[in-house]
Amino acid sequence: MRLTPDAWIFWQYGFIKLNATILFTWALMAVLVLGAALITRRLATGHERSRWQNLLEIVVTAIMGQIKDVGLQNPRRYLSFLGTLFLFVAAAALATVIPGFEPPTASLSTTVALALCVLVAVPLFGISSQGLLAYLKSYMQPTPIMLPFNLISEVSRTLALAVRLFGNMMSGAMIIAILLSITPFVFPIVMTLLGLLTGMVQAYIFTILAAVYIAAATRTSPPLTKPEA
Amino acid sequence: MLIDWFTVGAQLLNFIILVWLMKRFLYQPVLNAIAAREQKIAAQLADAAATKAEAHKQQHVFEQKNQAFDEQRAELLRQATDAATAEGKRLRLEARQAADTASAARAKALLTDTQQLHAEIVRHTQQQVFDISRRVLRDLADVSLEQQACTVFIQRLRAADATTLAALNTALKATDESATALLRSAFDLPVAQQVAIQSALDDTFGQAIALTFETAPELVGGIEFSAQGQKLAWSIAGYLSELSSALDESSTATGAA
Repeated sequence: MRLTPDAWIFWQYGFIKLNATILFTWALMAVLVLGAALITRRLATGHERSRWQNLLEIVVTAIMGQIKDVGLQNPRRYLSFLGTLFLFVAAAALATVIPGFEPPTASLSTTVALALCVLVAVPLFGISSQGLLAYLKSYMQPTPIMLPFNLISEVSRTLALAVRLFGNMMSGAMIIAILLSITPFVFPIVMTLLGLLTGMVQAYIFTILAAVYIAAATRTSPPLTKPEA
Repeated sequence: MLIDWFTVGAQLLNFIILVWLMKRFLYQPVLNAIAAREQKIAAQLADAAATKAEAHKQQHVFEQKNQAFDEQRAELLRQATDAATAEGKRLRLEARQAADTASAARAKALLTDTQQLHAEIVRHTQQQVFDISRRVLRDLADVSLEQQACTVFIQRLRAADATTLAALNTALKATDESATALLRSAFDLPVAQQVAIQSALDDTFGQAIALTFETAPELVGGIEFSAQGQKLAWSIAGYLSELSSALDESSTATGAA
């Protein structure tokens, strides 16, 4: 039994390898991009529009609404990054219903890569919003003593992001695989449904946490007020 | 080891590419479509608002025109009513005047008819009285009316007062051959009566009077002597006038009864 799709290698040349994680990621990317391209090829700007366009508009506006609810005032700026995070993780979870498909998010390499993206994106958005000095100064809030703790927090939350998603997705896939070998009827279907729910929740959690981190990094610190004597 | 760093790098790259592709093929087109629709809706709303404002404006103008039309109609109706009233008054006045004129004409015609009838009655009565008198005189006294009329005329001439005679005398002196004294009678005077009258006149005025005899039936059995506008006459018209008055009184009394 494979613990991760990374171990399912189709082709390898030195350290370069083509494993199931990368392959299924490409497949997901192809489905997402081709589907989006096909639907958005003929977008109607009037009142009459196709159901697929309605679906995409609902998804996009829902993601923007969630981003705004988190506290990011210009959701369009963060939509590409956060929306893609959600859609990729959600699509990977949904695709688990396809027999033989192993979600790329069940690979710790993928979740680490996504967490690293968040780790890089948070300071980038923070610096572009507040400026470099102000952002760096935020690590020394409320006192410079907190700098190491803030740095540890930064790394640990990234690690938590990666491990949380990996653990949930991997465990779901593993449970289904184990149940299929023990009780091949009915029960795996229930667990698959549960896995779908878990996957969607994880996609939501991953995206919202990333949004919260970005919101914390982009929020300009309020001016310090001296207590009145 | 659960982490394969090549896979991590590949997934990192894959994710960055996916972000770009999704932005290119999903977010931008969808957001642009939404923005275009919102813009179109905003334009439609603005257009609807403009149309509504224009409609309100048109309605206001229409109401003003309607009010002006109502006022104009009321004014025209009032003018027409006034004109009709004035025309009615004028027509009534004209009708009244026409009625008055017709009434006056009818009254005049009636009066004329009455006068003509009266004159006719008088003339007829005169003729009848004249005829009766002539027959009565002839049957009872064996004298003619003409002869008796001459006699009465001569008596009246002789019995005339001094003033009348003086006036006639003065008038006779003013006569000449071109304007002689005139004696008119209702009947042709026989020569004997002409001679008698000529003689009586000559005696009365003491001069030979150039006299012209003329027959005038309207004198009603009378004889009239005139010179330069002065007259001396006798006829049965006086009797007839009394008869007419008596008849009028009789008809009035009958009508009152």
